[in-house]
Amino acid sequence: MAQVALRSIVKTFDKTPAVQGIDLDIADREFIVLVGPSGCGKSTTLRMIAGLEEATSGEIYIGDQLVNDVPPKDRDIAMVFQNYALYPHMTVYENMSFGLRLKKFPKPEIKERVENAARILDITDLLDRRPKQLSGGQRQRVAMGRAIVRNPKVFLFDEPLSNLDAKLRVQMRTEIKKVHQKVTTTTVYVTHDQIEAMTLADRVVVMNGGRIEQIGTPNDVYHHPKTRFVAGFIGSPAMNFIPSRLVEKNDGLAVQLSDRLSLPVPESRVARYRPHTGNEVIFGIRPEHLIEKRGDLPPGYVAFDVLLDVVEPMGMETMVYFIVDGVEVCGRVNPAAAGKAGETMPIVADLNQMHLIDPRTDQVL
Amino acid sequence: MTTTTAQIGRPAPRAVRYGSISRGQRRALYWSYFFLVLFVIFFLMPPVYMLITSLKSSAEIGAVTNPWWVYHPTLENYTTLLTQKSFLTFFRNSAVVSVLVVSLSMVISVLAAFSLARMKFWGSATLATGVFLTYLIPDTLLFIPLFKIFAWIHDQTGIELINHWWVLIFLYPTLTVPFCTWIMIGYFSSIPKELDEAALIDGAGYMQILTRVFIPVALPGIIAATIFAFTVSWANFLYPLAFTTSEDQLVLPVGIVTTLIKGDVYNWGQIMTGALLGAAPPLIIYAFLMDYYIAGLTAGATKG
Repeated sequence: MAQVALRSIVKTFDKTPAVQGIDLDIADREFIVLVGPSGCGKSTTLRMIAGLEEATSGEIYIGDQLVNDVPPKDRDIAMVFQNYALYPHMTVYENMSFGLRLKKFPKPEIKERVENAARILDITDLLDRRPKQLSGGQRQRVAMGRAIVRNPKVFLFDEPLSNLDAKLRVQMRTEIKKVHQKVTTTTVYVTHDQIEAMTLADRVVVMNGGRIEQIGTPNDVYHHPKTRFVAGFIGSPAMNFIPSRLVEKNDGLAVQLSDRLSLPVPESRVARYRPHTGNEVIFGIRPEHLIEKRGDLPPGYVAFDVLLDVVEPMGMETMVYFIVDGVEVCGRVNPAAAGKAGETMPIVADLNQMHLIDPRTDQVL
Repeated sequence: MTTTTAQIGRPAPRAVRYGSISRGQRRALYWSYFFLVLFVIFFLMPPVYMLITSLKSSAEIGAVTNPWWVYHPTLENYTTLLTQKSFLTFFRNSAVVSVLVVSLSMVISVLAAFSLARMKFWGSATLATGVFLTYLIPDTLLFIPLFKIFAWIHDQTGIELINHWWVLIFLYPTLTVPFCTWIMIGYFSSIPKELDEAALIDGAGYMQILTRVFIPVALPGIIAATIFAFTVSWANFLYPLAFTTSEDQLVLPVGIVTTLIKGDVYNWGQIMTGALLGAAPPLIIYAFLMDYYIAGLTAGATKG
């Protein structure tokens, strides 16, 4: 059990910067997910914590120890890889006990630890098999078991579910969460899948271009994104962005989306946005805040008619796409209320959930 | 006019006959058997001829009879050879040389391949290519410089390296190590990087990664390389011919040729018997390890 701290970590590969100054404090027993698109430096960061890559500059602490020059085997960490990385010539039992055998643990203790981990992961009857005889999900369990038996200070997961099919991925996600509830070890988990990040993390670290965009709880990064990147990356379907202008109207501030459409800024936001009056802004709103019209409009809700471009039924809801000022916008409506493509439909925007982004800095205002 | 052309353009519908798939497959199978049999005949003819000749007496070999038939089979050639002290010496020399060369080559090439495939150090890629290039140099080009080197060593230290069977133990690796290293580089490179990273995190050092992960995983490749090294050191003719002369220092391939051909007298029966007996050990090894050998030679190609 230990906390992990990264201090101004930089990593460059042959002059190509991969990680450009990362500061991160991970509390003991915390489940941290590093999420971002490919090439954002998340895996490199994880590999630096593991000791598989050397940091170009900066400091890495595990517990209270500075580990920059400590080889991986002495960092007391365990890692689960995307392609499982099981030793093909060993049985499941041998795979899981390999680390303990190298460290010359007494045989009875090895047996006890392996059996305990196997019980947690429900792979007790697979212990005599070889990796070749296992399915993808079972292999990933064994890889996790190999990490658990070591009882390390930190678990590192490098996109562990990416090789699994969609259904199994959801199952294993729950499984990982369960395991973390039983074995509360500090965990750093890397993924490019924002749903995985949201469901698993205590705190999500959104990375982009070698930098941290935002650190926060899943709800925090979802509802209060700090940058345009975070707003667009977290959430599926992605947040709608419409270039617009913040203007002063007779009855208060408004966002001018197009010549014909302007939306009044709700009372609660006026003070926050007032200094930016007259500026170009990007209006951001999530699809679930563009809904069908039902009854009276609560304060902050605005209704307008749209011409439906594409309609995608999903079962429990229907995605409707329409064009606002040349930009395709997605709304999430009740299937019963959805019109057909080419029809006009009244849409309600919940402006209490709107975001305004400064296009010059990409910061959320 | 137009009506006629229209009729010509529309031929009467004709039933298309499709051959059945299984019939097509069977025909392909027949052809492949035909060529396989052809190949087998072509390649088995020499050894069969050797076997037949080895079972004949000198008189029968010299007589004008059907060369493909034994009229008076005899094991005389075998008993003579196997009781002859020199032949047994050749056999022993060959065996000792081969076993030691194989061991030496495998130790060197596995260690070399592991470091070239996995430890990215300055010039490792160039070195790996260099290893392969040395294999492309034929031994016919090497034996004269080697002779020079031996002479120089003799001048400097007084150690005589020429005409000793054991010197082959140091010569053959010049042929086996580059190729074995090359095979092993390909094989080790096909092992996913995560495997050694996992072992590294599990607490293994480089030596443990090699012995407990890489060697077991790459066993087919190692066996293939071993067979190759054995074949080269068992069958090499040029080096022992050039570097050894005394009868007690010869290895099998050269021994058979030099002792059984006396001037222009060819003792065909014994030559064939000796060659057959000499070919037996590699044959036995191939027979047992053939599957591994093929897996080893192809694995690098598809995965690497």
